[in-house]
Amino acid sequence: MFDYDVIIIGAGVCGTAIARELSRYQVRIGVLEKEEDVCCGTSKANSAIIHAGFDAPEGSLMAKLNVRGNEMMDKLSRDLDFPFKRNGSLVLCLNEEDRPKLETLYERGIANGVKELKILERDEVLKLEENLSDEVSAALHAPTGGIVCPFQMNIAFAENAHANGVEFYFDTEVENIEKLEEGFAIKTKSRTFKAKYVVNAAGVHADRLHNMVSTRTLRITPRKGEYCLLDKAAGKLVSRTIFSLPGRFGKGVLVTPTIHGNLLMGPTATDISDKEGTNTTREGLEEVLKKTAKSVKNIPVKQIITSFAGLRAHEEGREFIIEEAEDARGFIDCAGIQSPGLSSCPAIGEMVAQLLKEKMQLKEKESFIFTRTGMLNPKDLSLEERNRLIRENPAYGTIVCRCEMVTEGEIVDAITRPLGARSLDGVKRRTRAGMGRCQSGFCSPRTMEILAERLDIHKPEVTKMGAGSELILGTNKDTLEDKE
Amino acid sequence: MKAYDIVIIGGGPAGLAAAISAKKAGIESILILERDQELGGILNQCIHNGFGLHIFQEELTGPEYADRYIRQVKALNIEYQLNTMVMEISRDKLVTVMNREEGLFQIQAKAVVLAMGCRERSRGALNIPGFRPAGIFSAGTAQRLVNREGYLPGREVVILGSGDIGLIMARRMTLEGAKVKVVAELMPYSGGLKRNIVQCLDDFGIPLKLSHTVVDIKGKKRLESVTLARVDEKGKPVLGTEEEYSCDTLLLSVGLIPENELSVSMGVEMDSVTSGPRVNESLETSIPGVFACGNVLHVHDLVDFVSEEAALAGKCAALHVLRKEDEGKLAEIFPEEKENIRLVAGEGIRYTVPAVINIGRMEEELKVRFRVGSVYKNAFITVYFDEEEVFRKKKLILAPGEMEEVELTKEKLEEFPRLSQIILRIEEK
Repeated sequence: MFDYDVIIIGAGVCGTAIARELSRYQVRIGVLEKEEDVCCGTSKANSAIIHAGFDAPEGSLMAKLNVRGNEMMDKLSRDLDFPFKRNGSLVLCLNEEDRPKLETLYERGIANGVKELKILERDEVLKLEENLSDEVSAALHAPTGGIVCPFQMNIAFAENAHANGVEFYFDTEVENIEKLEEGFAIKTKSRTFKAKYVVNAAGVHADRLHNMVSTRTLRITPRKGEYCLLDKAAGKLVSRTIFSLPGRFGKGVLVTPTIHGNLLMGPTATDISDKEGTNTTREGLEEVLKKTAKSVKNIPVKQIITSFAGLRAHEEGREFIIEEAEDARGFIDCAGIQSPGLSSCPAIGEMVAQLLKEKMQLKEKESFIFTRTGMLNPKDLSLEERNRLIRENPAYGTIVCRCEMVTEGEIVDAITRPLGARSLDGVKRRTRAGMGRCQSGFCSPRTMEILAERLDIHKPEVTKMGAGSELILGTNKDTLEDKE
Repeated sequence: MKAYDIVIIGGGPAGLAAAISAKKAGIESILILERDQELGGILNQCIHNGFGLHIFQEELTGPEYADRYIRQVKALNIEYQLNTMVMEISRDKLVTVMNREEGLFQIQAKAVVLAMGCRERSRGALNIPGFRPAGIFSAGTAQRLVNREGYLPGREVVILGSGDIGLIMARRMTLEGAKVKVVAELMPYSGGLKRNIVQCLDDFGIPLKLSHTVVDIKGKKRLESVTLARVDEKGKPVLGTEEEYSCDTLLLSVGLIPENELSVSMGVEMDSVTSGPRVNESLETSIPGVFACGNVLHVHDLVDFVSEEAALAGKCAALHVLRKEDEGKLAEIFPEEKENIRLVAGEGIRYTVPAVINIGRMEEELKVRFRVGSVYKNAFITVYFDEEEVFRKKKLILAPGEMEEVELTKEKLEEFPRLSQIILRIEEK
């Protein structure tokens, strides 16, 4: 009578990390996602940083899971084939008066178990990074800090979970959850799912779902963070992630290279009410430019190629809520996953899987597939290998996205692999086609064509990000014909 | 490894004209590399007329104009490879390319002509705030969808930027049944040609709002509205002047950027104003034997001037090859190597192409192309050889959207044997 033993709501980094960890066990798992793809909410618009773990208060769940998540990242990125690099991070102290704050961070990091932390003096800092502000007086260096591709990490979790039997439902928004005698009935527009356990990994919407089954209400406030992304030509301005101390100018913003070689700056922090309010604002973007200019010199703002905003799921207790709802047994919250959520998600997956394993007395599968092979990136191949690939499949010899040098073969792969892309943005997150300096001006018509071919739909049905975001609204003169 | 005397990067109008001229200058071994599936470049989607007035004294559409050159390329048996992407060019002119048939391979060139054209500036470059829904296109992307594929990207349109493609698309979208509500331009003047303002906006009653920009974009899935506001002299939006336009499409025509990633990676010295390579009178870049022409060098308004410029680049590339072949011939062609004379963009001038001249190498006449920095009425274009004024011409109107030129003659330059720099200025009286 149950469709699934466990239904996970939300296919962001947390939902899919949980799905992947849980798929080690003999258990039927379904994932419900309201958007058309994985990685459509907070997971796709953030700093793409794997924090070292010195920020969160000592003894907090946040601190524990951040440090654990960070430790897991090397093996995970190898097993699941997604890009991750420990580029290290620096928290800049721009004012001697603030040095005690730097020392507090250092001590907190040590208490949290962060390894290799060190306070560096001005000269040492400038030796590491030459483009920092002249004001730098010291910095906290955390070599274990890293950068990751959040899209690919999210997709990797999902693909691996899928390979281990997890079933995904997209465009499936949960309208209501009812606690049954045993288990839950989860109502969506298309059908009602029944599951023994529910994992609530719905990001900024986690409060709404929680409050459907619990009287101990949660309140998640979307905290908007705005970012500017710069061309790869600016990507080497700094090689580490540069934070500034929360100081006279409020909470600092960061400047960091991305794993793909761009430069990323942000985020701001503004509490808003719209849970889908991912619009950037003039004030926000100006704030990013103003604040980053205080920590890093000569940022070539002319090389900004796009800006975006993401929403952190801020919960008043400022702590991750990962527990079974007290008055709704079997309903596991994974709520308030704000920063350092991306860094913590592998550990969150482990924790929730462990929790359910114990509750449900789960047994491990014999056949768990713990590795996943990511999309083939021809750039990683030698000349001979690449030529062999092109001989076998000539689509790998045609460049579609000239800015990021993405081939037709990669785009086809992104669409046709399991849980493949179904929209322009889906292709973009998987291949980077359209993510470069022209921002899809040249490649989008061709990518739309390939999507239409492979999904067997008409070109006007191709969307940017799912139903309602169609890119073409008609054909030439179609309204004129109507009038005749 | 394949080897050619001249490899031309790009088969658009610049590449085609360069190839034809190099062939006519006596080079047999020429290869054009084109990433698209046909020659002609962006002209293939420019189905409006107005091309060719200068070169052919008649009005052609973009594809017709391209066809004239493609026919010549074919008649002259110039080799070209389609669907072929240039991945890298080394300083010593080893060109790495890729296509479906041959995979990745290398071609050694004696001379290279850079003719990659330009791309459109995107929304990000302006940091326009708001949502990021479907329905925001660069004007050129929309032009491709409409003109080549027959698809209407939208029905109610706002256009930001009055560059020529934006103006042309205002008319095209109107003709194809869409409603173009307004064209907003950040600057107090249009970035496009006057004739396009008249023929594409005025004739269709489409309002042009100068000193306006987009301050907000609404719509989570598909665009629902954009908000325009007036900007002050510094380009900052003026509070209280916001006007919201409901629309499903926003076209951006906010500038073109020469596509010089290959040039930069091979180490060509760039000009920060044009975003193109710095070139001399032969349109040769800082790397000897590497030439640049067309929109990769600096953004043009009219393709006719691209063709003219590219013909010079092609010819000079040919001379470079011939000179290498026979050092003796060199003496004949370049009787004396002289010092370079710097061209200086003085008051009112944004840049000049070329940036330096060597009289020893220049032809009898040389066109210096430039743009002005703002709008001038009844002003003078002047040229000074060091301190001395040698040229003065009154213009009723000068605008940044219209490229200007002056002609220098070798004869005149030779009258100034100790000349160190040539200064162009706009003088208001």
